[in-house]
Amino acid sequence: MAAKKPEIPSIADLVAKVKSGEIFDEIKKVIVESQVWTSSFRHGYADTPRNRVLQIASNVWLHLHPVKIHRHALRIKFTWCMGGITFLLFLSTVVTGVILMFYYRPVGEYAYFDMKYLQYDVPFGMLMRNMHRWAAHAMVITVWLHMFRVFLTGSYKPPREFNWVIGVFLVTFTLLLSFTGYLLPWDQLAMWAVTVGTNMARATPFLGNEGPFAEYVGVTPRYDARSVLLGGSLVGPPALLRFYVLHCIFIPLVAGALMIVHFWRIRKDGGISGPL
Amino acid sequence: MAAEAPKDKVEGLAEKVHVWPYLVRVEFLCALFTIIGLTVWSIVIDAPLEEAANPTKTPNPSKAPWYFLGLQDILVYFDPWFAGVVAPVLIIVGLMLIPYLDINPKGNGYYTYTERKVAIWVYSFGFLVLWIALIIMGVFLRGPGWNLFMPWQYWDPHKVVALTSVDLPYAFGVRTYNMAMLFGGVVIGGYFALGTAAYLFLERKAIKAVGLLRMLIKVQLYLIMIGIVIKIVLRLGFNIKYVWVTPWFNI
Repeated sequence: MAAKKPEIPSIADLVAKVKSGEIFDEIKKVIVESQVWTSSFRHGYADTPRNRVLQIASNVWLHLHPVKIHRHALRIKFTWCMGGITFLLFLSTVVTGVILMFYYRPVGEYAYFDMKYLQYDVPFGMLMRNMHRWAAHAMVITVWLHMFRVFLTGSYKPPREFNWVIGVFLVTFTLLLSFTGYLLPWDQLAMWAVTVGTNMARATPFLGNEGPFAEYVGVTPRYDARSVLLGGSLVGPPALLRFYVLHCIFIPLVAGALMIVHFWRIRKDGGISGPL
Repeated sequence: MAAEAPKDKVEGLAEKVHVWPYLVRVEFLCALFTIIGLTVWSIVIDAPLEEAANPTKTPNPSKAPWYFLGLQDILVYFDPWFAGVVAPVLIIVGLMLIPYLDINPKGNGYYTYTERKVAIWVYSFGFLVLWIALIIMGVFLRGPGWNLFMPWQYWDPHKVVALTSVDLPYAFGVRTYNMAMLFGGVVIGGYFALGTAAYLFLERKAIKAVGLLRMLIKVQLYLIMIGIVIKIVLRLGFNIKYVWVTPWFNI
């Protein structure tokens, strides 16, 4: 006996199924019950309390949140959304910054011309540069506003003292990130702004060659706090390379690590602050 | 900036609500508007790129990045070791100390002015006046030679400003170097000693509850903050350059 042949559906049946919409349900069923689908998506999308919880708890990006929060934390008037916006702007600078790194060389001879190349020859180069710079400036503002909001709501008070301290570090690193990036265009604006900024280091008490009590330590213009920062006694190519490495690797890693602690501590300290 | 969750809807919810969808929705809208804003801004306004860096050509004025201009402006009134190094360190350390110095249990997690007036005044003064206002002044009003120019004035690089400032001991008739050093030291030391004593006296009832060490640190930070303002007034109003001149440092 021959094996039973699969039934060939008649055209009329198919048309009827399409017309009634039944065929879409069948296709959906095949897809949703497939091994690929069930291994990728662990729960349904229907708006049930269970799915609302799973949507947060089973998602690596969203599980930073608790599954439930106090309703007052939803109020934009309370949070100003500034912490979240600061983080988003940081992510924007990471994405645009990595793209810029493909075209930019932190070498005295090349840096400025790479900027010109980026602006005039690279597709969307100018846009990437603009987004990177404006996001960085905006981030400085939003992080200050975030801090102001946290102060005004007294959110640094127990049990959140430690997270406030981490936050102050993050404000500082935000400024340092922005400052080290300021040198990289290697134009007049960059060089002299960083000259003004780093000149302060040579006035460091004890460790700067023009600072108070420097004569007792014996630091020199070639060997003091400022020269460590610049890799020389003026803002030259070694300073450019140093600022580049600090800007692209060291400070983002440290700031990123502190952000992990900062976000984790929000959860551990009982979630976003609110009236007790 | 972003769409607010409708108030009546939020009020009608239970005490605790699901993050999905209530919070994620707000965050998504916030992110959307931020990214749209950033993109539009980046399309409309180009980041500046001046001529290539040239170490032999110093622009006048040379300005630090805008967020440091408050500190650069303090350089008018203080030497670099204070304005550029000690002041920023004090700001950072002082900010970190806030939760440990302000032990007022009220106002934890909600907006209130009446329950913590001093804290709000001090922070707002430091942030809005000493930080933001000085930055605005540094960005818009400081021209060549770091001289003050109103927005409608021409940035004249040859503007002549009389350098008539003298040191405080000199203004009081002290003429020898050693006596001037002594005079300045007494003034600065006296300022901190009297300020501390006055604060502890006025707040004597709080010493037991707050703790002496906490109060001592707090009042030093207050006095430094007020001292910066006093120095600015002395310089602008009375042409005083330094209060205390020593062989090692000047204040």
